[in-house]
Amino acid sequence: MAYNIVVLIKQVPDTKRITGDAMRDDGTVNRSALPAVFNPEDLHALEAALELKERYGGRVTVVTMGPPMACEVLRESLERGADDVVLITDRRAAASDTLATSYILSRAVRKLDAEPRRASAGCCAGVNLVVCGRQAIDGDTAQVPPQTAEKLGWPQVTYVECVEEVAGGRLRARRNTGTGMERVECPLPCLLTVTDQAPAPRPPSAKRIMAVKKSRSRAEIERETPDPDQARARAEALQAHGLLITQWDLQDIGADLAWCGRDGSPTKVKRIQSVVLKGSGFKKVEPTEEAIATMVHELIEDHTIG
Amino acid sequence: MIEANRKGDVWVVAEQNDGQLHDVGLELLSKGRELAETLGVRLTAVVMGADVARHAERLIHHGADRVVAAEDALLAHYQTNPYAKVLCRLIEEHKPQIVIYGATPLGRDLAPRVASALRAGLTADCTDLDIGDHVEPGTKEKYDRLLLQIRPAFGGNIIATIVNPERWPQMATVREGVMRLPDADTSRRGEVVRFKPDLSAADLPLKILDHTKTARKVNLKAARIIVAGGAGVGSKENFRLIWDLANSLGAAAGASRAAVDSGWIDKDHQVGQTGTTVRPALYIAVGISGAVQHRAGMSEAQKIVAINADPHAPIFQVAHYGIVGDMNRVIPMMIDAIKKRV
Repeated sequence: MAYNIVVLIKQVPDTKRITGDAMRDDGTVNRSALPAVFNPEDLHALEAALELKERYGGRVTVVTMGPPMACEVLRESLERGADDVVLITDRRAAASDTLATSYILSRAVRKLDAEPRRASAGCCAGVNLVVCGRQAIDGDTAQVPPQTAEKLGWPQVTYVECVEEVAGGRLRARRNTGTGMERVECPLPCLLTVTDQAPAPRPPSAKRIMAVKKSRSRAEIERETPDPDQARARAEALQAHGLLITQWDLQDIGADLAWCGRDGSPTKVKRIQSVVLKGSGFKKVEPTEEAIATMVHELIEDHTIG
Repeated sequence: MIEANRKGDVWVVAEQNDGQLHDVGLELLSKGRELAETLGVRLTAVVMGADVARHAERLIHHGADRVVAAEDALLAHYQTNPYAKVLCRLIEEHKPQIVIYGATPLGRDLAPRVASALRAGLTADCTDLDIGDHVEPGTKEKYDRLLLQIRPAFGGNIIATIVNPERWPQMATVREGVMRLPDADTSRRGEVVRFKPDLSAADLPLKILDHTKTARKVNLKAARIIVAGGAGVGSKENFRLIWDLANSLGAAAGASRAAVDSGWIDKDHQVGQTGTTVRPALYIAVGISGAVQHRAGMSEAQKIVAINADPHAPIFQVAHYGIVGDMNRVIPMMIDAIKKRV
């Protein structure tokens, strides 16, 4: 039995490389000063999906929501072995919080679920499994996957380290509960989140890198080729070679705009403060008894100690 | 969707595993007490499981005015769907204005499921909560006494304050160990409400095949104070000083990867990207140069004291107090000062 697997991924700013330069004076983050990367745990999610495909057959479709630049992580997914990729891009999706994001992603999964070609590829009908990384390193919330599962009405299995087996419409996995390990069996369709303890991602294949190098989404083509006629011709040529990246907007996935973007987001950012400490922001304490006693006294006074 | 209910209680979802209450629920009750008093409403603890009403007294002693105990044999072992179903039903019925959860693996699995079902806002991993007013920049609409949800983001490089003005209840998960856990007040009295959810097997999609508990040697996440040693400590013998300073503060001992790789301390004590991420009230880094991988796991500590012989060590960039000196002299002076003051 082969399976249709969808992997939800995110392109994130590399928060590990944040320096003072990436922070503006008003405390907001200058995203353009940071390299954008494939969210690390999403690479493990892709690997888990590819391994299941190798064992049982099927298709791996990778979906991301973001600006056209997010196609970089879609191309990387193709290089690592994904069959199809989909970019969801729409200005009206900007400023979506986790709830609005999960709504949009669930609409995209629903659209894939209804595609007839997925039923004819020797697979179970529809989407059988969604795999996500546990959390993204820019927000670290881990909320989007459970919220997406709820929107789909599917069970979720979080913090998976190993998918043991899929058989008889059920999936068996080992998950880390934080206090120990738990083995669970879950009916399909379902949604998994995997941690960085799941098998390490395979490197992109050199052959595939060459093969998908030219792939582009329409949004990228429009940016790179300003002349509309030339852009159309280029898109048609890419499509003929199977290199046109599927691109959907909110209308394509039948999303209700009231549940997307800023309007669809119950949480609002009230204030952002930078906590990047630019060197010499600390109080220098001399290694003397008196200076150390003063420091300890201050820590007791502000309730840090005791 | 739940309408804004200004008279609604403040709720704390108290997590329990195998008959044991998780400390984070008790920590949240102390913060919840402050919030409820500011708002002039009751503080309710919700506990779910097979046999959980027996935890009511302890929850009341830690600040709850009322305990809702949802008991069903099918809730004996946690799984997402039935817990979310029961909690949604309780929230729809009682309309609390605030619901807070521990940001434990369980809380981070449950809370988003509930938030999605209720179409409510949820803020993850808060390090502080407060009550305050808010003006929405777009509409200029003013909202009184909202829950201010304060959390680090962007790998700890920014602190964001989040509000949910319109869609209630206002919900947040809160990191373990960031709120104080005061002693129980055994004179407190409160009300206990038992709730029978009447679940059926169809509410439990997962089959739990087996589960094992891994005993951790140390719970760094829950530690309020951590004293951590790195390569600069120099030897296993010298590492004794780290333990001595930790003991004088009632703190946990932590370590950088270099110290773990040298075999001076067990891997369970490792702080950083490949170890545990901590955000204690105080982090004392001794002989730790402060590579970015280490800083990623500790830079969110509220106060950082760095002790290092090298004045150019990057750890000083994130420190609040920096001592350039020999730890063999500095640590005994610190222990001395702590003993005199406490």
